[in-house]
Amino acid sequence: MFARAVFALAAAAIAPAASAQGSTADEIAKYRAALREGNPAELWQARGEALWREKRGPKHVTLEGCDLGLGPGIVKGAYAQLPRYFADADRVMDLETRLVWCMVKLQGYTESDAKRNVFGSGNDKKSDLEALTAYITSESRGVPMKVPLSHAKEMEAYRVGEKLFFFRGGTHDFACATCHGEEGKRIRLQDLPNLMTAEGAQKAYTTWPAYRVSQGELRTFEWRLYDCFRQQRFPELAFGSEAAIALTMYLARNANGAPYDGPAIKR
Amino acid sequence: MIPSARVALFVLGAIAAGCATPVDEGEIAAKATAVIKASFKPAGQAGLDRLEQDETQRACSAAAGKALPRDIATKIEQANLATIRYPADGKFLGDWKNGEKIAQEGRGMQFSDNPSGPVGANCYACHQLSPAELSFGTIGPSLYQYGKLRGNGIEVQRYTFGKIYNSEAFTACSNMPRFGHKAILSEQQIKDVTALLLDPASPVNQ
Repeated sequence: MFARAVFALAAAAIAPAASAQGSTADEIAKYRAALREGNPAELWQARGEALWREKRGPKHVTLEGCDLGLGPGIVKGAYAQLPRYFADADRVMDLETRLVWCMVKLQGYTESDAKRNVFGSGNDKKSDLEALTAYITSESRGVPMKVPLSHAKEMEAYRVGEKLFFFRGGTHDFACATCHGEEGKRIRLQDLPNLMTAEGAQKAYTTWPAYRVSQGELRTFEWRLYDCFRQQRFPELAFGSEAAIALTMYLARNANGAPYDGPAIKR
Repeated sequence: MIPSARVALFVLGAIAAGCATPVDEGEIAAKATAVIKASFKPAGQAGLDRLEQDETQRACSAAAGKALPRDIATKIEQANLATIRYPADGKFLGDWKNGEKIAQEGRGMQFSDNPSGPVGANCYACHQLSPAELSFGTIGPSLYQYGKLRGNGIEVQRYTFGKIYNSEAFTACSNMPRFGHKAILSEQQIKDVTALLLDPASPVNQ
């Protein structure tokens, strides 16, 4: 119901501006500013923090011993340095993949249990991973992005991610670069960031996860990639897959230097 | 030092150096191909065959946004030109009103789409066409007054039909889908969109 109320607000804010494009963009910006205070993402953050501290799983322990890269239990600023290489797993992981790892290793969940509902849908299908991601990312707000490329596997993930960015396939020949490789472009009325530049990557990457008003859901960066590939007419990007992590590495690293600014709110 | 020890030392040195030396481009490309294959699952109408690249997709991916050498670009254009099947009845212009609907329709061929549902061209995602539609993208050029500026003689009709059928025939590594070649649109639908661009009565040409 909360989501529906927010959606109605969105429609009310956008509708009067339909007369001209410039003013539509202005109105969308005003509407976003108005909603920044009281972003519904806070509901996901609060639920995620409770999940982080709650004794759960077959082993009945909390996630507070989970090492997100800065040491066990250190949450503050951790997201600003992800993805990164984890020696215990001997691979590069993004936040969502690392959370699944901790749920399996610390709490004793099976991997398929940990990955149940990776993307939520209303009250019937809430996603614990989205909530946990909202909480962890909120603890990096204001922290400059500082994704490392010091390990050979981090460098490899970055370079593979760059290749994937240009990979054309499917029925429509689309690659990420088709929409996100040039300055100042739009799809319909939606501005498209050039993700190959620091400025474009910073603006885009630092504002995920985001509460999507049109969906009434908080969405993570894994979701953003999944949905981009859907629109590219590709098959389904598997959650936590190497492609998802490599692309995240490419984009997160390109965003280095900018203060992380999520969870945000988006149309 | 005995020779075998020297060889062993040399090998060790090479391994140590390998950690600091960048992995070569070919290895990264091979790794990326393997990663793509391992990272997707079939969903709805989108099978894993969609990840199998044809020659054009492969060459344009490798170009990584940079301009291709002219000889390779020409080869791509010629190969794609050969795929265009022009209408047997020699008529290129369909119904512009239906063309407008096709230009507006964004659904089709996504794994979330109904396989028996509508398939559009979503022209407005990237192009301005009819001036009444304000919600248009800018990835491609504005096509407002496309026919008014070019005339609508038979050569322009043939070129326009061909461009929609297979854009790579005229511009290698174009961002525009190959609507006919990849069977996104039917011949009749391409005729209708051609009419949207060229019919003097179409709102595009007002």
